[in-house]
Amino acid sequence: MDKKYSSDTDGQRTYVFTSAQLSKIEAVLTEDLLDVGVHSVTLIDMAGNIISTMDNGENKHDLYSLAALAAGNFGAVSTMAGLIGEDEFSLLFHKGKKENIHFSKVTDEFLLITIFGKEVSLGFLRLKVAEATEKLIGAL
Amino acid sequence: MAIINLKKKEVQAKIVYYGPGRGGKTTNLEYIYKKFRNRIQTEMVTIKTHGDRTLFFDFLPIEIGRIKGYDIRIQLYTVPGQVKYESTRRLVLRGVDGIVFVADSLAVRRNENVLSLKSLTENLASYKKSISEIPLVFQYNKRDLLNEGIPLLPVEWLEKDLNSKLNAPSFEASALKGPKVVETMKKIIIMTIDSLRKDLT
Repeated sequence: MDKKYSSDTDGQRTYVFTSAQLSKIEAVLTEDLLDVGVHSVTLIDMAGNIISTMDNGENKHDLYSLAALAAGNFGAVSTMAGLIGEDEFSLLFHKGKKENIHFSKVTDEFLLITIFGKEVSLGFLRLKVAEATEKLIGAL
Repeated sequence: MAIINLKKKEVQAKIVYYGPGRGGKTTNLEYIYKKFRNRIQTEMVTIKTHGDRTLFFDFLPIEIGRIKGYDIRIQLYTVPGQVKYESTRRLVLRGVDGIVFVADSLAVRRNENVLSLKSLTENLASYKKSISEIPLVFQYNKRDLLNEGIPLLPVEWLEKDLNSKLNAPSFEASALKGPKVVETMKKIIIMTIDSLRKDLT
C-alpha cells in the first residue's frame, strides 16, 4: 500500500489519502457495512470534510451538508458530555420512521456516519460498526 | 484540516467567516449563494434562532473548478456572532483552513470588532493554530452606509485596530449589495489553496 502522509505547516494539518488507502477504506465500508444491509456509510473528519462515502445506489442524500451537520452535532454532543462530567456518550443514534442514523467516533479526528433502515437492528449495526472501526483505524 | 483525495484528485478545504454579531457574515454567504447558484449543487444550510440570528452555523459548499489537476471543493461556514455563543464558535473553527474576518464598519461597533478578533485569536490557539500564520482576509463591511450619512469607522482606524500587526489583505465591502464580496472570497480561497500547494503532487 502506498504510504499516507500528513503535513503540518504553519499550524495547519493536511491529510493526504492515497488511492490505495482509499481503496482499503472503501472495501471495509462495503464489506462490513453495505453488504449487511445499511443504506449508506460515510467516513468524515471532525471538520466536516468527507473522506469516503459508499451507498447502495438507492439513496440520494446531500452528503456534504450531512457531513457538516454531523461534525457539528458530534462536537456539540461531546461538549455537552464534558459539561456533565462525561468523557463522551458512547451511543449517538437518531431514529426515524424509515431511516436511522448512527454516529461513531473512529479516532479523535474521524467519524463514521451510518444510515440504515429497519432491516438492520441497532445491536447488530453497533457490532458491525465496531468491527469496521478496528479495520479503519489500521487504514487511517 | 484540509483533505486531499489522491484517488478522486479532489481537495476539500474549510473556510470560516468570523466576526461580531450582525456584522454581515451570513449576508456574505447569502450573496455568494445567489451569485453562484448554478455552481452550487445543494441548498445553503442554516441553523438559526427564531429571531433569525445564526444559532450554530451557516454552511455552503462550493466547487470552484480545477487547480493543478485537482477538483477544488470549498466548504464555507459562518460562526454565530453573539457573544454568548463562544463555545459554538470554537466548535465551528475545528479544522479550519482559512478565515475571513468580517468587521462591522459602524462607528458604534468599534469595540465589538476588537473583542471578536481577540476571541478568534484565542479560539485558534485552542487548536494550536496561530492567527498570524493561518490564511486570513479582513473584510470591512457595510461601507455602502457611508452614502447614507451613518457614522462609520474610517478604514485607517479599522486597519489600525485590527490589522496593524497581521498585515493581512483587506477589502472594503458591502455584503448586502455585493461590492467586494466575491473578491474577498476569491482572495481567501487563493491563499488557502496556496497554503496546501506543496501537498498537491
